[in-house]
Amino acid sequence: MDYLTLLQVLDSTLRMSTPLLLACLAGLFSERAGIFDIGLEGKMLVAAFLSGAVAFVSGSVWIGLLAGIGGSLAMSGIHGLASITFRGNQLISGVAINFLAAGLTVLAAQSWFAQGGRTPSLTGAARFNAIELPFATALKDVPVIGPLYYELISGHTILVYVALAVVPLSWWVLFRTRFGLRLRAVGENPAAVDTAGISVVRLRFTAVAICGVLTGIAGAYMATGLQAGFIKDMTAGRGYIALAALIFAKWRPWHALTACLLFGFLQALALRPDVIESTLHIKVQVQLLDALPYILTVIILAGFVGRAIPPRAGGEPYVKER
Amino acid sequence: MTLMTKFLGATAALAMTAGAALADPAIIFDLGGKFDKSFNEAAFNGAQRWADETGGTFAEVELQSDAQREQALRRFAEAGNNPIVMTGFSFATALADVAPDYPDTKFAIIDMVVDGPNVRSVVFNENEGSYLVGMLAAMASKTGTVGFIGGMDIPLIRKFGCGYAEGALAVNPDAKIIANMTGTTPTAWNDPVKGSELTQAQIAQGADVVYAAAGGTGVGVLQTAADAGILSIGVDSNQNYMHPGQVLTSMMKRVDNAVYDAFSAGVDMETGFFAMGVANGGVGYALDDNNASLITPEMKAAVDEAAAKIASGELVVHDYMSDETCSAVQF
Repeated sequence: MDYLTLLQVLDSTLRMSTPLLLACLAGLFSERAGIFDIGLEGKMLVAAFLSGAVAFVSGSVWIGLLAGIGGSLAMSGIHGLASITFRGNQLISGVAINFLAAGLTVLAAQSWFAQGGRTPSLTGAARFNAIELPFATALKDVPVIGPLYYELISGHTILVYVALAVVPLSWWVLFRTRFGLRLRAVGENPAAVDTAGISVVRLRFTAVAICGVLTGIAGAYMATGLQAGFIKDMTAGRGYIALAALIFAKWRPWHALTACLLFGFLQALALRPDVIESTLHIKVQVQLLDALPYILTVIILAGFVGRAIPPRAGGEPYVKER
Repeated sequence: MTLMTKFLGATAALAMTAGAALADPAIIFDLGGKFDKSFNEAAFNGAQRWADETGGTFAEVELQSDAQREQALRRFAEAGNNPIVMTGFSFATALADVAPDYPDTKFAIIDMVVDGPNVRSVVFNENEGSYLVGMLAAMASKTGTVGFIGGMDIPLIRKFGCGYAEGALAVNPDAKIIANMTGTTPTAWNDPVKGSELTQAQIAQGADVVYAAAGGTGVGVLQTAADAGILSIGVDSNQNYMHPGQVLTSMMKRVDNAVYDAFSAGVDMETGFFAMGVANGGVGYALDDNNASLITPEMKAAVDEAAAKIASGELVVHDYMSDETCSAVQF
């Protein structure tokens, strides 16, 4: 594999990892606060649809992004209402959101645009275009670093850089602020938080809302950054891979970045069977590479590589003692 | 009271004879819906063409869920509609159950084979249509490398890919063909993001014409090809309009013709197995205002000549599904 091919694969890795990373961090906030969320997939889908549809109608991708985040927040609200306020089963609520999103997006797209459940193609300012970082063209011819900067680091949409910036931000918020300490505590021992006079319900709703914003950006990135419009079921299981990455990362922000980049790298590698064959000199089945994220997660869960311990109060609705 | 009963009975009898004598054809659209810009819409266009030309009427229903397949079939059969056409292979099980119960009603299923004395099974020779667009791809390519992106890895899609590769090699024996499948699960039909990435990977390997036989995933392929300034090839219906001047052509399955033929034949529709190929206008390549500038007269002449040879039987395009092998390309 030559240097340029490696850069192309890594470039693809970055694009494939971004929605995973955003969804993974979204799940991180929610689950750290004790709300399991398997509805990441559905929220991304709603956000993808609304961002695509509104960006087309308004002609501005930023309004589309806001609409996508709004839709995702509404789904988060439903999840919060069901699992926090009414103390319902969080898994069932998550599944319901996934089904609701899959049906609702196609129905709405069909009745608005009548194009078989997709939104019209976006052009110009209605989609996120790649931005060239300063000096990218000037440095292009510098050996080694030039192509690295030009091919890999520069030339992505702004949301990719946003996603990367959210990683240290999440770490700082969760581990260096009072809010983060409380948020983690509410996922471990909500009774203790309640005793300290802090509202468990409000903290959990805040966490679920942060989750909604991040999945909203993830969905909008798929529909308006990677693609030029929404297509039914376009998230294609990325919400579930993000959950696997979350377990793989053991609910930690920096580990989440590593896990998502690894999973993205495996996906990017699966696109280039020729590269694998020329590097390893054996034919690796693409299907194996596609399955590897799940296999790795099972290995982690089985406890072969350290233990993955979820937040202790996760999945349990908090009932105040009477 | 008795008078009333008699009246009711008479009305009912009249209604029944009217229904039986009516024998309007009926069509059932699959879950994608009548206006899906693809398969179902093509079927609808065929039905509408028949209605416009003959002044006849037809019954129709758009399914909302899988559970309605058998119900819809039985309702039309009970109402006396004949023939009843259904679009899509998903009807196979329901039709196999229902068809024997209505021996006097003719059924037509598209894209699937169901055995029965009153069933017409229409399938398409996608390998022949793919061969033609493969020729165009190799002629339009400047790098000598053309790409194929399939949806879910099933024999039917390999049939597309194999025909395409054969066509490309027929024009340029040194052509390099890169074939990728999007995935092995049904999500592969609706994963435009992965379609885009596959396209970029193929571009990195030198491809400058990419053929997408991948449902919704193909939208991502066509988009990325247009963004990157290379040519793409659409599938099933005419997708040239999606990026005018940047979609080389589309491999068309004339589902409309299949429906039109079935409706035209009416109650006398022949049953059995029907293959729609190049010879009977079942498959072909799309040429319209959007891609007129891309297809030179030489290209058109070469493809039309090949089409004539396929139609006459002089040229046989390998069907992957017949023996599950393909010498032209490795998947």
